[in-house]
Amino acid sequence: MFDDFFSRALIAGIGLALITGPLGCFIVWRRMAYFGDTMAHSALLGVALSFLLNINLTLGVFVVAATVAVALLLLQRRNNLSTDALLGILSHSTLAIGLVIVAFMTWVRVDLMGFLFGDILAVSVWDIALIYGGGIAIVGALAMMWRPLLAATVNAELAEAEGLRPEVSRVVFMLLLASVIAIAMKLVGVLLITSLLIIPAATARRLSGTPEQMAVIAALLGALAVAGGLFGSLHYDTPSGPSIVVAALGLFLLSILVPVQLWRKRRGKA
Amino acid sequence: MDARATHDIIATMAGVGVRRGGRWLVEGIDLTIRRGEIVTLIGPNGSGKSTTAKLLTGVLKPDAGTVHRLEGLRVGYVPQQLSIDWTLPLSVKRLMNLTARHSADEIAAALSAVGIAHLANDDVQHLSGGEFQRALLARAMIRKPDLLVLDEPVQGVDFSGEVALYDLIKQIRDETHCGVLLISHDLHVVMAETDTVICLNGHVCCRGNPESVARSPEYLQLFGTRAAATLAIYQHHHDHEHGADGHVHAHPEHSHDHVH
Repeated sequence: MFDDFFSRALIAGIGLALITGPLGCFIVWRRMAYFGDTMAHSALLGVALSFLLNINLTLGVFVVAATVAVALLLLQRRNNLSTDALLGILSHSTLAIGLVIVAFMTWVRVDLMGFLFGDILAVSVWDIALIYGGGIAIVGALAMMWRPLLAATVNAELAEAEGLRPEVSRVVFMLLLASVIAIAMKLVGVLLITSLLIIPAATARRLSGTPEQMAVIAALLGALAVAGGLFGSLHYDTPSGPSIVVAALGLFLLSILVPVQLWRKRRGKA
Repeated sequence: MDARATHDIIATMAGVGVRRGGRWLVEGIDLTIRRGEIVTLIGPNGSGKSTTAKLLTGVLKPDAGTVHRLEGLRVGYVPQQLSIDWTLPLSVKRLMNLTARHSADEIAAALSAVGIAHLANDDVQHLSGGEFQRALLARAMIRKPDLLVLDEPVQGVDFSGEVALYDLIKQIRDETHCGVLLISHDLHVVMAETDTVICLNGHVCCRGNPESVARSPEYLQLFGTRAAATLAIYQHHHDHEHGADGHVHAHPEHSHDHVH
């Protein structure tokens, strides 16, 4: 089944959605959507530097995304600019520097469109191994630090006063996010990665009663969106990455319409 | 310090200070908490009440002085102004397991102890101010803490709710015999069972039992005689004296300690 490109894309995309679902819940809960976007945009700088220094692409993207996260933490401590403005600066300047460096490197041919919007139909068996191997590590790490991270999401001081270590879990979470971006970039591209983190999680909210349920439902909805998007792109001959995002959006809109009754009932009870 | 069992001491601070941006936020704070003791911090905004609480729990490290906590001290914490985002689906029951796992029996017992057993399956976002504070108290006490730190626990709760919450805190203290550090949101209100009131203004202005603090010259200087006249002390005995002062409004549930 790994033989044809469509099956490979489907398996890779579903694997990715199973990682981004739970991770994306924390992005939504912690209001880090723009932060995720910034890290994703910096991935292009990672691509450019990987070509320039001739290092592994996934590693290069991971290092740059993690560095941007650390840079933001440091800037937040000393600078007077709001986080919002800092993110805007980091997000677009890393993307722009990446594009400028790529333009300078006349000796390499870089498929920019592939990195901006992804090329899920070009995934190799090696990519699939990376997604599932990395995915198990990422989801495993997230499960291990689930309680401290969730407690810190509710209130960092509370978590710390009661003996958990919110700073550590926060740094680990950023590293996990950088890894997901490094893994996902090839598939959906730097401009669309955040949508796989945010849209399934936002869709899952109305259908979930506990944080754990929301993580699982987000993973499943993401997988559904990948499958729907890929079949749609095959059928209508549309670009695969954007088709997946459109499918995810469709599920989100459906979630707003369908469980209204259910939602009203719950609100009425309280 | 008197000779009251030193082995009952669960946390001490000696000469503690925190410096930020070349300015001392708090300085020279001495504080002792024993098992079963309620210590209340009062003081104006920015006087370092929350900072002192954070020093005691270890969230903040002191720049001067020392903080000693009992080895393996178990802390239950009710933070100030906790708001939980709507995007996080969190029932009252799930909130109980936030920092550690507890059995269903323990959760049921903790929720009935604070009188909200019927809300176990409700989302925390749908609770009223008083119900939410009760849920937070239940969450802090389910840990069987040695030290309960309550940062403005009656904030956003109406008057009768306040009295009921203070009752609840007293009851938790009596049953679990934990030490309590309570930060009061109101300069003029101190719960009657408080053993020690510490009045802060960057440093310890005065301390003592509620009655003596209300009469101390430092308190009067800091808040003026009008404020001191309205230092209300919640208690459930009605055998209090009423002065002719018009600043206080009478309520059968609490008494006023008048200086005039």
